[in-house]
Amino acid sequence: MNSFQQMITWLNDPLNWTNPNGIMTRLLEHLRLSAAAVLLACLVAWPIGISLGRRGRGAGLVVLLSNATLAIPVVAPLTILPLAGFGFGAPPVIVALALFAIPPLLATAYTGMREVDPEVRDAARGMGLSGWQLLRTVELPLAVPYLAAGLRTAVVQVLATAGLAALVNGGGLGMIVAAGFGLGLATGGGQVLAGGLLIAALALLAEALLAGVQRLVTPAALRRSA
Amino acid sequence: MSFLAQSAAANPWFSWAYLHANADTIRALAIEHLSFTVEAVALAVVVGVPLAVLAYWVRPLTGPILASAGVLYTIPSLALFAFLAPFLGTDRRTVLLGLVLYALLLIIRNTLTGLSQVPADVKEAASAMGYGRLRSLLRVELPLALPGLLTGVRLATVSTVALVTVGVLVGKGGFGQLIIGGFRNNYHKAEILTGAILCVCLAVVLDLLLVGLGRMLTPWRRSSGGRA
Repeated sequence: MNSFQQMITWLNDPLNWTNPNGIMTRLLEHLRLSAAAVLLACLVAWPIGISLGRRGRGAGLVVLLSNATLAIPVVAPLTILPLAGFGFGAPPVIVALALFAIPPLLATAYTGMREVDPEVRDAARGMGLSGWQLLRTVELPLAVPYLAAGLRTAVVQVLATAGLAALVNGGGLGMIVAAGFGLGLATGGGQVLAGGLLIAALALLAEALLAGVQRLVTPAALRRSA
Repeated sequence: MSFLAQSAAANPWFSWAYLHANADTIRALAIEHLSFTVEAVALAVVVGVPLAVLAYWVRPLTGPILASAGVLYTIPSLALFAFLAPFLGTDRRTVLLGLVLYALLLIIRNTLTGLSQVPADVKEAASAMGYGRLRSLLRVELPLALPGLLTGVRLATVSTVALVTVGVLVGKGGFGQLIIGGFRNNYHKAEILTGAILCVCLAVVLDLLLVGLGRMLTPWRRSSGGRA
């Protein structure tokens, strides 16, 4: 029986879905870790990106941060954070994943604020809007397409990297792949494939869904084809 | 709670003694990491640049080529290695193929951007001078698209260096072996940090080398009136 048939068999066994460490548990774990990481990253990146963008300062910092995180392997914070005082379990995994979600969120929030037409800003000020009102009723609505694009990138990236949490026994769908490798490829090959398929399907599904959401929240006039 | 017992023993984040005792292992992993990166990026260029040219010449193919490379890029690295491992085994080809598929999008997209930024009058001038399509591509358009291609190579190199570590899944992860190995070896901090720092250093050094190479290959960009 080759690995592909093994995968079909493995996925067709209902116990593999409902076991205590089955697909459903791992999927929920994966989604919980990812949601927490994206939330944390938004809470950090959006206020900073928006305030830097409004003042038009710190472009260098935003670019530097995006480039720097590209060079950091995901496994580094995953292993270092638990030993640096974050403790074991979900919190260090969430922080590690959030680190990689911050750059796209920060960059798009920054760009979104920069792209607000200065004349629109002047007009709003001329109408007597305070700084806070300007942000809430003019700048943020205009920046929504950018924020949505950043959120989409961040969510897909976190869902993808969350699989690596399994390398430090951190839970999520990656655990299925790791368990398959643990059995050896001869017997666990099907499980490895099944785990890979689930993770890939989740990432592609999220990408497609969020692309739709991004289109919905982008005003027709701002939509560009392709 | 077995790790509580360990905390009594010294477990520093950095240790010369560790480096000395494991110099050979570290050197071997460095070679593995570097060769994976160089081979993967080179293969991605060899496959990606022709695809970018194809997408540039045949407009209807631009969308499908970019979209399929985009799908490959969206598939998480762990999943990609999981797809390849049962068929290729825990061979270095598994890691290499995964890395190439990942780097493709960065190479194709940036080369295409570079090509589409070649000014139309330059292309007209080339054809007016009797350059055929292929000769114009090789002598005029590709050289002018070099900055875009180099951006792609830089991005691909830096992200490939980071991605090699995921190869630990099949036991071939370069410095990732130190990072994950140290974690599994009773949370050996010196081993983890050595792996992480060397990995980031390798990315930075390769990036700087590529910046230097880019300056050498595109001398006209340096002398254009003080623009960086």
